[in-house]
Amino acid sequence: MKPVPVLTPVTKTLFTGTGLTPFIIRRLLTAVVLILGITFIAFSVTQLVPGDPVAANLGQSAYSDPDIVAAFKAEYGLDQPVHIQYITYVGNLLQGNLGISLSSKRPVAEDLREFFPATLEIALVAVFVALVLGVILGTISAMTRDRLPDQIIRVFSLTGVSMPVFWTALTAFYIFFFVLGWAPGTGRLEPGAEPPPQVTGMYTVDALLDGDFATASQAVSYLLLPALVLAVFALGVITRFTRASVLEILGNDYVRTARSKGLPERVVIRRHVLRPALLAIITIAGVAFASLLAGSVLIENVFSWPGLGQYAYKSAVGLDLPGIMGVSMIVATVFIFMNLLVDVLYRVIDPQMKDSK
Amino acid sequence: MTLLNVSDLTVTLATSTGDADAVRNLSFSLDGGEILGIAGESGSGKTMTALSIMGLLPYKGKASGSINFDGKEVLGSSKKKYQHMRGKEISMIFQDPMTSLHPMLTVQTQLTEHMRYHDKMSKSAARESALKLLDTVKIPDPASALRAHPSQFSGGMRQRIAIAMALACEPKLLIADEPTTALDVTVQAGILRLLHQIRDERNLSIMIITHDLGVLSSLTDKILIMYAGSEVESGPARELLSNPRHPYSQGLIAALPGASREGKFLTSIDGMPPELGNFPSGCAFHPRCGFAEDRCSVPPIDATVVSKGHRIYCPVNPFAHDRVEQS
Repeated sequence: MKPVPVLTPVTKTLFTGTGLTPFIIRRLLTAVVLILGITFIAFSVTQLVPGDPVAANLGQSAYSDPDIVAAFKAEYGLDQPVHIQYITYVGNLLQGNLGISLSSKRPVAEDLREFFPATLEIALVAVFVALVLGVILGTISAMTRDRLPDQIIRVFSLTGVSMPVFWTALTAFYIFFFVLGWAPGTGRLEPGAEPPPQVTGMYTVDALLDGDFATASQAVSYLLLPALVLAVFALGVITRFTRASVLEILGNDYVRTARSKGLPERVVIRRHVLRPALLAIITIAGVAFASLLAGSVLIENVFSWPGLGQYAYKSAVGLDLPGIMGVSMIVATVFIFMNLLVDVLYRVIDPQMKDSK
Repeated sequence: MTLLNVSDLTVTLATSTGDADAVRNLSFSLDGGEILGIAGESGSGKTMTALSIMGLLPYKGKASGSINFDGKEVLGSSKKKYQHMRGKEISMIFQDPMTSLHPMLTVQTQLTEHMRYHDKMSKSAARESALKLLDTVKIPDPASALRAHPSQFSGGMRQRIAIAMALACEPKLLIADEPTTALDVTVQAGILRLLHQIRDERNLSIMIITHDLGVLSSLTDKILIMYAGSEVESGPARELLSNPRHPYSQGLIAALPGASREGKFLTSIDGMPPELGNFPSGCAFHPRCGFAEDRCSVPPIDATVVSKGHRIYCPVNPFAHDRVEQS
């Protein structure tokens, strides 16, 4: 592709260069286009779904009163033709306005600010646990191939990916709450406890920022069980993937070379095997993290965790168009961001990739 | 002085159809400063012999017999002992320099990591020594080569880097497994000359594995020819190449391009080498051998000494007669 002549040399390198910064800039510009595309698809899908948002949100008697229905439609712009509705939505979106939720009657942006960090908090913990444990277990598994540790790890990781999430969640809740009494219960804090002042929306972080260690430790005790349950599936996937990936790398000639130099096995594994294996693992971890966000609906219901999953569920049931749009946009943004992060990490791990666009 | 003495080495590998012996009762020795060439078709057990010395047999591979290196028994050593020996006492270069160097690590890391581990060198001392090594193997501009990744070099240059890596801790024995097979013909001669020169300068013993007898003729002091995991003939290089006595060695040498007369097709040995786990009994070559008799398929096949240091494993010994006539 020819460079556009209006670009000055500096901006030209920013857009077409092979370094990391031009790469990120290009990807962010693509991301904007992608997100716009996603709004279009999400909007079209919500229009295709049979169901009347007015009926879903107004009571029986209000729905039979044409004046109230007309007022409701006018208030939310539902009286406009579909394409006008979409253009209005995108126009508002560009100004940072995500609309008013039909079910909560609050701005969607405000709702998301409240619900998204709750999910982000358990998802971050889950993906951290899954990634660290998964890489360690997968590596041990590969190194003890076919021997006892490998067999045990394989049974557990297979169980992890095979168990339905809601079943894991219910079982874990039953065992750790009812039977053992280790978990404090549902929700994010003790009933009636004052949440810390909102900065990030993640209670643990906010409480720490506030210097309130009691609330922070309480928040940790509440989030641990849902986060670990959420981690189970990703842990299984990452463990299995790491095992396969390490085994594949172990068969490479350059690993034999490293061993022929008399390096201790831990150096061979850490420097020569895990580095290339991480390339593959990062890809799967990025996808796993993004799907954790989307897949937390069931877990959040079991643990009454007021997160994005619950919000998405309520919006969908209430045919709350702005709510559904908001959720899809935020999930899409996370997916796009994770992909970008994965690609950036790729380049950091494998310096040879910096030459390619 | 004998540096390496291998006796009765048998290597067993796990295959999909069960265990199979890839190397069978192999014995040979190598003196300090000597170059030994091991030749044979692919699948004859050359590489497995080398890997068993290094303690690097593939998954589920087992070796038995005796490997004595520098006065010590090596076979059955602990992992720790092997680790201290590899790279430091015995080092190895591999067939394909495109895959045997790590694609994501710089030349400096790959060239210095074992020096730092074995010889407890500081980073700067190891770097100094790496620069000298790259100079020894004739890499232009060693300083910038250290910062580069292997992908920035050609195959021949990569093999020179691999040789530098193998020499880093000044080992007593260098095992070169088909060091020129993956390279262009024009580059091959340079690598072989380099190996020869290094032997002369460092009084290093080299074990070179190849399927190309042409490679051995100019380089080696001794040659061992293998077929189906066993020795068929061994002896001083010049003697063996000019006067091969085993029908298989005869066939190999006759198949060399230089050996055929102009205007004639290259000669070849009929049939295919046997597959691992399916080696014929007795002399494994007998189904392809023009001189085979009934006794050839009956083990054991004993060695026949032809002259000093030159022996063959052939019960028929079909060329003994004209040897007598010639001399």
